[in-house]
Amino acid sequence: MTEPVQLATFGVTEADARHVLDRLSTRDVDYADLYFESRVAESVSMEEGIVKRAAKSILQGVGVRATAGEKTGFAYSDDLTKKDLELAADTARYIADSPKGTRMVPIPIHRRPAHDLYPVDRTKAEVATSERVALLNEIDAEARRYDPRIKNVMASFNTEYKVVVVATSDGVLVADVQPLSRLQISCIAEEDGNRQIGSFGGGGRVGFEFYRDQNRHLEYAREAAREAIVNLSAVEAPAGVMPVVLAGGWPGILLHEAIGHGLEADFNRKKTSAFSNLIGKQVASEVCTIVDDGTLPFRRGSLNMDDEGTPTGRTILIEKGILRGYLTDKLNARLMGIALTGNGRRESYQSVVLPRMTNTFMLAGESDPQDIIRSVKRGLYAVSFGGGQVDITNGKFVFSASEAYLIEDGKVTRPVKGATLIGNGPEILKKVSMVGHDLKLDNGIGTCGKDGQSVPVGVGLPTIKIDEITVGGTQR
Amino acid sequence: MAESDGDYAQLAADILSRAKAGGATEADVVVADGQTLSVQVRVGAVDRLTKAREKRLGLRVFIGKRSATSSTSDFSKESLQRLVSETCTLAKTVVEDPTSGLPGADQMATDRPDLDLYDGTVLSTENQIEWAKRGEAAAFAADERVTNSEGAEFESSSGRVVLANSHGFLGSYDGSSFSLSVSPIASDARTGSMQRGVWYEVQRKFARLTPAESIGREAARRAVRRLGARRVATKRVPVVFDQETAGSLLANLCSAVSGYGLYKRASFLLDQLGRTIASELITVYDDGRMVGGLGSRPFDGEGVATRKNMIVERGVLTSYLLDTYSGKKMGLPSTGNASRSVGESPSVGPTNFYLVPDTKTPEQIIGSVKEGLYLTELIGFGINMVTGDYSRGASGFWIENGELAFPVEEITIAGNLKQMLKDIEMVGNDLVFRGRVASPTIKIAEMMVAGN
Repeated sequence: MTEPVQLATFGVTEADARHVLDRLSTRDVDYADLYFESRVAESVSMEEGIVKRAAKSILQGVGVRATAGEKTGFAYSDDLTKKDLELAADTARYIADSPKGTRMVPIPIHRRPAHDLYPVDRTKAEVATSERVALLNEIDAEARRYDPRIKNVMASFNTEYKVVVVATSDGVLVADVQPLSRLQISCIAEEDGNRQIGSFGGGGRVGFEFYRDQNRHLEYAREAAREAIVNLSAVEAPAGVMPVVLAGGWPGILLHEAIGHGLEADFNRKKTSAFSNLIGKQVASEVCTIVDDGTLPFRRGSLNMDDEGTPTGRTILIEKGILRGYLTDKLNARLMGIALTGNGRRESYQSVVLPRMTNTFMLAGESDPQDIIRSVKRGLYAVSFGGGQVDITNGKFVFSASEAYLIEDGKVTRPVKGATLIGNGPEILKKVSMVGHDLKLDNGIGTCGKDGQSVPVGVGLPTIKIDEITVGGTQR
Repeated sequence: MAESDGDYAQLAADILSRAKAGGATEADVVVADGQTLSVQVRVGAVDRLTKAREKRLGLRVFIGKRSATSSTSDFSKESLQRLVSETCTLAKTVVEDPTSGLPGADQMATDRPDLDLYDGTVLSTENQIEWAKRGEAAAFAADERVTNSEGAEFESSSGRVVLANSHGFLGSYDGSSFSLSVSPIASDARTGSMQRGVWYEVQRKFARLTPAESIGREAARRAVRRLGARRVATKRVPVVFDQETAGSLLANLCSAVSGYGLYKRASFLLDQLGRTIASELITVYDDGRMVGGLGSRPFDGEGVATRKNMIVERGVLTSYLLDTYSGKKMGLPSTGNASRSVGESPSVGPTNFYLVPDTKTPEQIIGSVKEGLYLTELIGFGINMVTGDYSRGASGFWIENGELAFPVEEITIAGNLKQMLKDIEMVGNDLVFRGRVASPTIKIAEMMVAGN
């Protein structure tokens, strides 16, 4: 491979890219990169039984960045002429002192990304809109068939194809094609004036055939309908401290909020994280081992390379309760003198790189999930969640259950209304007393927000028991 | 700005005529461009400098009752031609929706009021760095317990929106904004625990910004006062929402009265028009033409004239927020609240949505509480808009005998929005616009606070 084919699609040659990197490096910069991106996104959505909306968007541009010490200079442009690139470079290098010596940007070692995790056949993946419309219509019918109390079904199918080329001052010139799609369904159930919503969805770096495989789309539809129907009989949620059993899969959002963000290197370099200076310390019970892994095939949070061209990998965050490592990008790895983990990510060419999670999950333990539930006298069994949030600095995090049940005398009994759970990140995992052998990854719906940037992520969890956490219900 | 009005008007006209040739019976085009300069300083040094220019074109076509939308940042002629034809093709693949269509030609805004939304002040990079540095330095100087910082950011941006449609409507407006936010971190020397405080201001006119120092000092005060926060026992108590958290509650009300949630039967305020939904202390307006307002604009995302709508009058729901589509669904005219992000179908959004202030000072409101919570922060997403069920992470101060006694954290507050709105028993006199949605301090009679 002599030159990444994809660079040509931006109307830019390798010589152009090198010229801009050289221009950036006439100042005293530690590192510079160019991030070319072209993204085509399509969506179709349905409500009231009609597939009434279809949309397509094209986003194309370049982000130019230079770092010097702790400083970052960044500019982006929708236009890709040589003049636009030079202008962006001049802005980005503003942060560095000048002039400097004659350090030359090395000739890039052309290479492909380290992995090939989502080899989606675009010709098969890109079906006619009419096939997507048919998919949504089947979903509507299936959800309504599930129960006549389902009164409205809202479903959307989104796909995007992102072509990126990363050219860096440390010798990387690498391209990747990143497909991503998601099917999301919400159902409204009504009975005697009581209205409830249930949601379900899934996806990944997969093609259209994924959703029809084993009629996954219909299973999603039934799950969304089921949650709405269950919630029709939900009683008020309890308030106060109690044991909580989290089901496997998406409830892994706990890990993302409680510890994941706190272990992103930028907060720790700045010593603004509640986890600063805790490496080597016990932050979880011995049954907890937690990893971030960007190399799982076809997963929503996976990447062949991060947005700085670094191969993604598997990073052990917590090993048998001991804090082992942070998630890094190039800037923070350099400033902290620690290893690059391949977690430098950005929402688009319009945003700067930040250390971010990929797929974050707890490894399976040895307990039987049924035994875990049986061990609780009075508590909560939380099956599905909406969003979560964390205050990095004081470590307090929340995540909100959308489907949960009471546990009474070791048995799952009545469904309860949604409630927020709140805890302290560096403390909560010390209260995990049982970990199930049933590790499950989520279905591929997660989006993480940080500093105004959204990126797709995955989470995973086996069934676990937290001995005590505050549940924000309304009943004593 | 990169292009003159005339260039974009011509571009829009070209796209509209091409869409018509492609089979569109109706269409509208929105073009937006803008530039931003943002500087972040951290612990006295430049941390990040971002400069950007961007432009977008969004197209919506109707072929009879079928519709599709598209957007692009690539304005090359070939790319735009392809986009128009693909959008028309896309529209032919969706199902007919009898409700779809542009607003009527007679609905288009005809006046062009000067809403004072634009300030052409161009700040140098050095000047912006200086502002951010002064804000952060003031936070460090304010209290020795401020030991670290997430930084201070100064951002200036300006842009233009041009909207044209097949009724012959053509409108445009310019806008600008200048903002400073400061995020110091205070630490407790004894326990090592840290708290972040954030304070900010956004103005359309540079000259209206509060001095950097006072924003920095307020941020420091907000960080330091949280130190030593603890949990409280689970109990039902009155909750006083400060301006920021009351604003968040008002934003929940705004979502609940927005047309799309209503016709999908996904709002807890379904079928409540003309009914009492809140305490009689509550009167709410959405005013699209507030001079200098952060949410002001002469016309909405479909070209319909904006106006001042009374949403709640002394507790009675008097109007929803609607665009043309959701209005037709509800059998009502648009309220001029179409919000349009380039490339998507219009949805409904607030302009300047606010709760009318009453006479009580925040101190009087806190003073009325024997034991309760003064709420200053909310985190998480624990709101079910379909049922109104509300459960969120919270922090603030515990009130004892009308005084703030100590900071509290790692608690939740829970209730149901339907009841919470009716349980508002005091409204403050301290309305300040820091965004599109604003509220004075309010007091809710009782909510469940979960802690120990």
